[in-house]
Amino acid sequence: MIAHLSKRLGYYALLLALAVVISYVLSSLALSPRGYFEGRQPPPPPEAIDTQLTALGINDRTPLWERFGNWLGHALHGDLGRTLDSSDVGTEFGRRIGVSLRLLLAGTLLGTVGGVLLGTWGAVRQYRFSDRAVTLFAFLLLSTPTFLLAVLLKVGAIRTNQAVGHELITFTGEKTPGLTGSLPTLFGDRAVHLLLPTLAIALGTAAAYSRYQRGTMLDVLGSDFLRTARAKGLRRRTAVLRHGLRTALVPMSTFFAYGFLTLFTGAAFTEKVFGWHGMGAWFVDAVGKGDINSVVAVNVFAAVMVLLAGFLADVLHAALDPRVRTS
Amino acid sequence: MTAPRTAPDGGRSATAPPGIAAPATPRTDAVLRIRDLHVEFDGPRGPAPAVRGVDLTLHRGEVLGLVGESGSGKSTVALAAIGLLPDTARVAGSITIAGTDVVGADDATLSGLRGRRVGMVFQDPLSALTPVHRVGDQIAEAIRTHHDVPRAHARRRAVELLDLVGIPDPATRAAAYPHEFSGGMRQRALIAMAIANEPDVLLADEPTTALDVTVQAQVLDVLRTAQRATGAALLLVSHDLGVIAGTADRVAVMYAGRVVESGPATALFAAPRMPYTMGLLGAVPRLDAPVDAAAAAPGAKEPAHGDTAPTSDRATAPGPRTPLIPIPGTPPEPHDLPTGCAFAPRCPLADDACRAAEPALLSVGTEEPGRHHAACRHADRIVERGLTATDVYPLPDPPASSAPAPDRDTLPPVLKVTGLTKTFPVRKGSVVKRRVGSVHAVNGVELDLGRGETLGLVGESGSGKSTTLMEILGLTAPEGGTVEVLGRDTRTLDRAARRQLRGTVQMVFQDPLSSLDPRLPVGEIITEPLRAQGVDRARAAARIPELLRLVGLSPDHADRYPHAFSGGQRQRIGIARALSVRPQLLVLDEPVSALDVSVQAGILNLLTALRAELGLSYLFVSHDLSVVRHIADRVSVMYLGRTVEHGPVAEVFGAPRHPYTRALLSAVPLPDPVRERGRERILLAGDPPSPTRPTTGCGFRGRCPRYAAMSPTHGADRRSRCERETPALTAPGPGRAAAACHFAGPP
Repeated sequence: MIAHLSKRLGYYALLLALAVVISYVLSSLALSPRGYFEGRQPPPPPEAIDTQLTALGINDRTPLWERFGNWLGHALHGDLGRTLDSSDVGTEFGRRIGVSLRLLLAGTLLGTVGGVLLGTWGAVRQYRFSDRAVTLFAFLLLSTPTFLLAVLLKVGAIRTNQAVGHELITFTGEKTPGLTGSLPTLFGDRAVHLLLPTLAIALGTAAAYSRYQRGTMLDVLGSDFLRTARAKGLRRRTAVLRHGLRTALVPMSTFFAYGFLTLFTGAAFTEKVFGWHGMGAWFVDAVGKGDINSVVAVNVFAAVMVLLAGFLADVLHAALDPRVRTS
Repeated sequence: MTAPRTAPDGGRSATAPPGIAAPATPRTDAVLRIRDLHVEFDGPRGPAPAVRGVDLTLHRGEVLGLVGESGSGKSTVALAAIGLLPDTARVAGSITIAGTDVVGADDATLSGLRGRRVGMVFQDPLSALTPVHRVGDQIAEAIRTHHDVPRAHARRRAVELLDLVGIPDPATRAAAYPHEFSGGMRQRALIAMAIANEPDVLLADEPTTALDVTVQAQVLDVLRTAQRATGAALLLVSHDLGVIAGTADRVAVMYAGRVVESGPATALFAAPRMPYTMGLLGAVPRLDAPVDAAAAAPGAKEPAHGDTAPTSDRATAPGPRTPLIPIPGTPPEPHDLPTGCAFAPRCPLADDACRAAEPALLSVGTEEPGRHHAACRHADRIVERGLTATDVYPLPDPPASSAPAPDRDTLPPVLKVTGLTKTFPVRKGSVVKRRVGSVHAVNGVELDLGRGETLGLVGESGSGKSTTLMEILGLTAPEGGTVEVLGRDTRTLDRAARRQLRGTVQMVFQDPLSSLDPRLPVGEIITEPLRAQGVDRARAAARIPELLRLVGLSPDHADRYPHAFSGGQRQRIGIARALSVRPQLLVLDEPVSALDVSVQAGILNLLTALRAELGLSYLFVSHDLSVVRHIADRVSVMYLGRTVEHGPVAEVFGAPRHPYTRALLSAVPLPDPVRERGRERILLAGDPPSPTRPTTGCGFRGRCPRYAAMSPTHGADRRSRCERETPALTAPGPGRAAAACHFAGPP
């Protein structure tokens, strides 16, 4: 088992190295931080730009491999470089992850549990009205881009606020700036701010999971072992939950693993629409500015998360399925 | 396992089973009572009645066999009795279990009955257990669902139950997951689960159909033990007349959703009164039929009963057998039933009255009034005149043998395989695969087939039959040993020669539906091998009518697609396809195992006729020893990748010298209650070992009754020979059957 694990980790290290090289080379070739500085008003003198770029380690006049070697040397010591605004990438990282987590955790949890329940319910009531209704809404949500859904939710909130005559639902940023008060007041403020983004994320997640879950559940509902469970006298609901759902969750474990680890990489659109400064927003902004160091950092982090998710998926799969465990 | 060997008289004597000896007065201890049961499904072509007015009564401690072909409604009856029909089924009539109504009952009532009053064992043990829960927990759950007992108590009881059904080391095995159990062990666990609460009624729906024959014998034994231990009434649903004959006290035969004949097992099997039952019994090849005894000398056309024409050297000469009785036609589709008797379109006795109205199930015979019933207008005539299957059904002519009693030594060889081996690597690792071992799928196979002969290849699943076939059909150099096809060593073939030889060896597959392209018309399907051999379209098309006629299909059907044909017809199409290139050797891989008995008989008769007509040779692979006994001249028995016995059918089946062959033959149930219960059975312990583990000495040792009987003290020398030395195939004389056993011979 240890040997198996270490082999596996070695394989991940190899993949990660590949991801690092590719994302560094691609971002360095595609992004132009020089353009960002040149576009400033008033434009700084070219020598100053050169100096600044060299200081950041992203001067396109330095050979690419030299830049990469330099960056790698620092990165291996935990220094991910500086952003274009000369702040530390590592510090920025810590702050952004926290923001993304606070934004996404509730929505993802709600969406996952809701999706599984809705999918199970739809499968049990296959082709009845309720199943068709769930299916229709799921596809409607799946075909709505996140930014549109978020904007629609905003519009709804604005209408509601107008209808009640005061700002019932606030949806910009994490909290009301400058608000002071007791802990419950501050917490309540944050909860209200979370309402719409959570809804946006939960709806999309639930819609996707409900489709997968319905599929795996339908396979299980027609299975012989569920019939055996009923033949020993289990009520329909007990049999479906204890024998059916448990088995149907096995193939879902892969989705869960990826769903939860990509929490940390943020959600670009939701963050932008609701004004949260998380990982996703950072990435979009960094690409826009040509902030190579930030882009590479986010990319490498995402690669780590995806690899970890793969690992977690295997662990989950083995935990849920004894057939995998023994072989 | 430590399974009790079934005594020849296990509580019920062969001559007078309690079902018959009991007085004919109505019994009051009925635990399952089905009255006028109707079940209807919505089919794609309108409402399809699956069960049409079935009455059954099951008494405490009694075994009722429900027999019928696929689609007869027998499984639907069992599922209706436990209330597990799909929601789309419309059920009418009444079913009571221990006095409680099942039809129309709500889920709470039914759940209270299920598992407590009525237990059920299903067909496919591999998928019937939840893969993610431990076996012991699943059995304990059955107890805790109905009894408020502590978890530990239920677990202890589960271990006791596993012990009762013959699981070795039950305390440890209870903690295992289903995938760690073999098929036979899973079925035992399911039986344990079904009897966990000592139900009044036990339903078993084809409980052994998915299992190998030696495992089937074990499981039937366990089922009987379980039934006796709990005193439950057993409803045994099966298509296998042998299984029913060995276990049931009473039998009900179903056809097109109705019971068409019922009665005590011995009486019904000895003297069936309904033409369908007669045909069904006549259609089964019998393992106990004397080989060639009723057949005429080769060359003669009319076999007559009592014909004593001497056959030269019966043991080795390929000669025609008595053809099986095929019931013409196919069962009606449920949505398109005839107005009168559903069997009338296939019945040789049918007259206008039969076609006008459905006959009732009435008492027949005088020996035991009120016990034997048949739904046939001609039942009285059948009783009076003592008609048998051969009187009712026109027997097809036995095919004329092309050569007069050929001497085996002069037959041109068609296939000769010696010492064939094939291993598959076992790989491990997800990134870098490395070889960690080998599966010895085939490890020493001997086959010998002459022109005009049929060689039966038998063995249980995993014995290497399919690998052997693939190695032969590949026509390439084998990993070890030699394969000679039509006298040519496959090692020496170049591409052109291989291509040419490919046309002379053709294959017929097990599943007739999945081996036919659903989007090609039949005419194109059957000429595809010709086209592959480079014959142009027009010349290939010209052969279609002839080929279809050859296999008993109408040439008009050439434009139809496979889905328009029944299972038996599809298998005929598969045979026509194989014959299109005029092959000399036909490899048949379980060609009748997917077919119902009555249809199977027609295919077997066709194969026999074609062989004589076209001078074909057959390599016939089957797990069904009765079928092999019926059709083959020679037989090769495989165990764990190795040929353990081979030789003439009459000798191998009549006086098997290898203990495995003996056990295999004794495990095949005979469709004759008296004989089936009277004979001594050799129950093999356990399952075949995994071929990944290389074994020293004899591979059969672990299950061998002969080895087990050797005393570790006095028989130490003999034991060590089995442990060290791989036995070679040796024959007692030239032309005799050879067995790979150090202590071969009669017991």
